[in-house]
Parts: sequence; C-alpha cells; structure tokens
Amino acid sequence: MTALTRLSRSWTQLSASERREALAGYLFISPWLVGFIVFFFGPIVASFVLSFTRWNIVGSPQWVGLANYERIFTQDPFFRKAVTVTLKYAVLYLPLEVVFGILIAVVLNQKLRGIGVFRTLYYMPYIVPKVASSLVWVWVLNPRYGLLNTMLGWFGIKGPSWLSDPAWVLPSIVMMALWGVGGSAVIYLAGLQNVPAQLYEAAAVDGANRLQQFVRITLPMLTPTIFFQLVLGLIGTFQTFTPAFIAAGRSGGPLQSGLFYMLYIYNRSFESMRMGYGAALAWIMTVFIMILTVLVFRSSKYWVYYEAERKRTP
Amino acid sequence: MTTISGHFPRLGLRGLRRFNNVSGYTVLMVLAAVFMVPLYWMFSTALKSPQQTFAIPPEWIPAPVQWDNFSKVFQEVPFGRFYLNTFFLAFVNIVGHLISVTLVAYGFARLRFPGRNILFLVMLSTLMIPYHVTLVPRFIMFSKLGMINTYWPLTLPAFTGSPFLIFLVRQYMMSIPFDLDEAAYIDGANRFDVFWRIILPLTRPALMLVIVFTFIDVWNDFLQPLIYLNDPDMFTVSLGLSFFQGARETNWNLLMAGSVLAMIPPLILFFFAQKQLIGGISVEGLKG
Repeated sequence: MTALTRLSRSWTQLSASERREALAGYLFISPWLVGFIVFFFGPIVASFVLSFTRWNIVGSPQWVGLANYERIFTQDPFFRKAVTVTLKYAVLYLPLEVVFGILIAVVLNQKLRGIGVFRTLYYMPYIVPKVASSLVWVWVLNPRYGLLNTMLGWFGIKGPSWLSDPAWVLPSIVMMALWGVGGSAVIYLAGLQNVPAQLYEAAAVDGANRLQQFVRITLPMLTPTIFFQLVLGLIGTFQTFTPAFIAAGRSGGPLQSGLFYMLYIYNRSFESMRMGYGAALAWIMTVFIMILTVLVFRSSKYWVYYEAERKRTP
Repeated sequence: MTTISGHFPRLGLRGLRRFNNVSGYTVLMVLAAVFMVPLYWMFSTALKSPQQTFAIPPEWIPAPVQWDNFSKVFQEVPFGRFYLNTFFLAFVNIVGHLISVTLVAYGFARLRFPGRNILFLVMLSTLMIPYHVTLVPRFIMFSKLGMINTYWPLTLPAFTGSPFLIFLVRQYMMSIPFDLDEAAYIDGANRFDVFWRIILPLTRPALMLVIVFTFIDVWNDFLQPLIYLNDPDMFTVSLGLSFFQGARETNWNLLMAGSVLAMIPPLILFFFAQKQLIGGISVEGLKG
C-alpha cells in the first residue's frame, strides 16, 4: 500500500514530458507485466488457494481447509520418501558438482595449444537433450550388456545392477548429472580467468607453491561463482524431473528410490489428477527452497569473498 | 610456473615446460575419453543389429554397420513428424521471445518510469522461484480455456518474455552509449524509432543468444509437452523419444539411433554459436 501511494505521489511530481516517457516505459515492459500477472503471480496465488481444496479438475473444487497439508505431513509416506530422495541427491551431487566443476575448469585453464577442442568436448554432453542423455545412461548402466559393467568386468569387478537396485539408483542419477558437469566447468573457467594474474605473481615472489596458490588465491576468488552455482544448483535439484522420469521410471523406480520431489508432484497432480494435493506439495517445495536459499545467502558472508567490498575499506 | 621450477631445479625451464605440457595433455585426454565414451557407446549401439546389441563381450566397432537403423526409426515412430513439430515450436518461441524480450529489455534499459527498479527486482526474483509452483494452476487455466492438446500452452508464454533473457538483453543494452539515443532524438526520432533503428541493430549479438537459448530450451523441454500433449502426432522429439522407450523397451539400437537424431540439431547449433554461447554463459555467471 505504501509503495502504491509513493508511486502515485511521484507520478504527480513528474513533468508532462516525463509522464510521456513513463507511459512509454510501461508500454514497452507491458508484455512482461501481462505475463507476470497471467502466468506467474496469478497462478501462484491460485496455487495457494487450490492447496486448500480437493479437486480432480472436473466438477468444482471442494474446500478442505488444511486437510491436504495435514495429510502430507502426517500420513503420506511418499512425501517423506520424495523429500529424502531429493535431499540425499542434493547432498551427494552439489559438492561433487563444485569439486569436479572446479577441477575441470583448472585443467581447461592451462595455456596449451588446442585447448579449445577439449573445452568443446567436455561441454558437449551438456548439450545433449536431457531425455536422450538419460536414455544413453540407462543403456550404459544396463547390468548385463551395459558399457560400465563391461568395463568394470575388465578389472574383475562385478558391477551392481544400477538402476534396478534401490541402493544404486541415486548414485546412478548423480553420475548421469555429473556427465554434464562441463556446463558448470565453463562458468568456473570464466571465474578463474577473472582472477588477476598479479595475485599469483605476488604469491610466487613470496615463495608460495602451486597448491598454496590454489587454496589461498584461486579458491577464495572463486567463492562468488561457487555461491552462484550452489544457489542455482539447489533450485535445480528440486526441479529434477526428466532424468528421474526416464531413468528411474515414472513411479520412482525400485522402492521409490528415485522418487524425486518434482516427479512426485507430477504423479499426484497429473497422473492421479489431484490438483489440490499437487498444489500443496508444490507450495511446500517453494517455501522450502526459499528458506534454503535465504540460509545459503545468510551463510555467504562467512565464506564468499567479493573483491568489490575490499575496495570500500582502504 | 616459476614457483615449480624452484621445486624441480634439475629439470630446467624448458624441460619443465615440456613436463607440464605432457602431463597437461595426458590429463586432458583421459578426461576427454571419460566424457566421450558414453557418446561413443550411444553412436555405436545406434549402428548395431539387435544381435550385435546384446553381444557379450560388446562389439566396439559394429560389423557390419547398420546404417538403416536411422531410417527404421523414421518408419517405426513418426520421428519426422516429431522433428517438424519441435522445429515449429522452436520457431514460434524464438519469434515470441525476440519481440517481447527486446521490447521489455529496452523499457528497462532506456526509459525512466516510477517503480522501474522495483519492477526490475520483482522480475529478477521470479528467477529464484521455481516455475513449477505455477504448473498446476497453469494447467488448470489452459484446460479451462480448452487448450489442452494444442500448442498454445507451449507458445503463448513466449510472447510475454523470459526474465532471464530480458535481464541478459537489458544488460547488453545498458552498455550502448546514451549519446546515440540523444542524437537521434535531436534528429526528431521518436522512442520506437530509437528502439528499432538504433538500439536493436546494436543488440544483435545478444539476440543471437536469445535465439540459441530459446531453441535449446524448447528442444530439451520435456515436462510441459508431457503434460499438455496427448496426441502422438503432436509430440516433440523429447516426448516422442520417451514414448518410444515405453513402447519398445528392448530395442536399444533403435532407441540410441533416436537419441543420436535428437541430439543433432542442438549440436549443430552449438558448433555455430559456440563463441556466443560460452561468452553468454559468463554473462550468466554475473547474475548472482
């Protein structure tokens, strides 16, 4: 409300030409404004209201109060399973993504002839459409005829049955995702190339070895990129759908060991057509992601180093 | 470099460089193999007969090579149709984004209006909220409008822009000097002229990114076609491929041939737009 009154007050203070410019401005951004209201804000509000109803899309929604939420939190074993699966995946995948992303970026940061070719090769798996890459991995991980168990066999190791073994479903999906780590590596590479060369020169003069330089210079200078990747990765984890759907199967695979949260929302909303329940699940996910994101942001002041800040204090 | 030579004084500078290069290339090659082997596996399986597919030990180089697997994919499922459908959707989405994203980005980059900064922040914050919250109500909205099993739900939103692309193009427009706008205004141009004749031509590199990102997004999208499309004749490549998996679980050679076909268009695009893409990704890196 206060924002609105401030807005109208500032409107009256504008000159005629400024008002014309402002009108033009609203006109130019109107496609987004309309889209924001119709495809984003409206649906979010609707989703909130829907989450208090029971509705299978035919007929009219029936108000059930907090029943959906109550059921989700107290009686729904699949909800607990979906949360566990998604969090486990996040804990497994995100640190590996950071470590491998940075290592590959360091490897790609060498000044060697033909390095561009390697950058392309590493990036290529990231370009493969998710459905296709998931299918490739289902085949690679085939327990009998698959590539991975064949190769493990060379060393006398009998590989697990991967996507048919509840214990190995998540590691399999993590592996599939890491195949696309070239996408993150390129972002870390951009971060690496932004580190001023003088820092390394100064450290070299002081007698720091390569490992010390990496730990004391490279990593701190990369923390803003790591932070950015973590926030995006966190949001992305909760949206993981295609690999789970293709590799684990639409119902979540053996013992629901691949029942990612998004897959569960899809099942409830569009397979069993329980719109209200699906909306409640989606809202819980959104609130959860927002809390996690705020926590990551809060924690950032302890470990993220922004060079611009240093300039403020001489 | 100089620090390492301190630790390996006997190698000498040139020897050290050669040592570094050899170990550098070794690491690069090993990693390249790790990334490429699954792709090779996909491609070689795509060229095998069913018997060759299930051979133990596997045939690394299929003999004879079954090139007709690719034509079989087109006979067994309407893959040509999926291709056309996806290209059509990509085209409409690109047109939609080009119109809406440039207009909105220009508004945010060049015009002053009350609430501009707040609206811009609101737009950026929508990037942080997973759009899946809106999935159910969107589906209900489109189904009440009778748009299930049509392309409307998959194209209409593009005409309202995409926050990420708007941000990208707006940042690009901000780097164009204001003097150009002012000179044009003095010459009697109106705001749309400035947008159309001055800013837009200078924004071309960013527009390339809009095209590439939109194409890749549409080509990869799976969840939305899955929800909105029922008629196999309307399926996209991604959806068709998963449908194929469900129908013929064991025909891995044909499934891999289909996967190869699915990755070719984005791959071609990637090779053409590699420079812009990787540059654009570092812009993306500034988002946080």
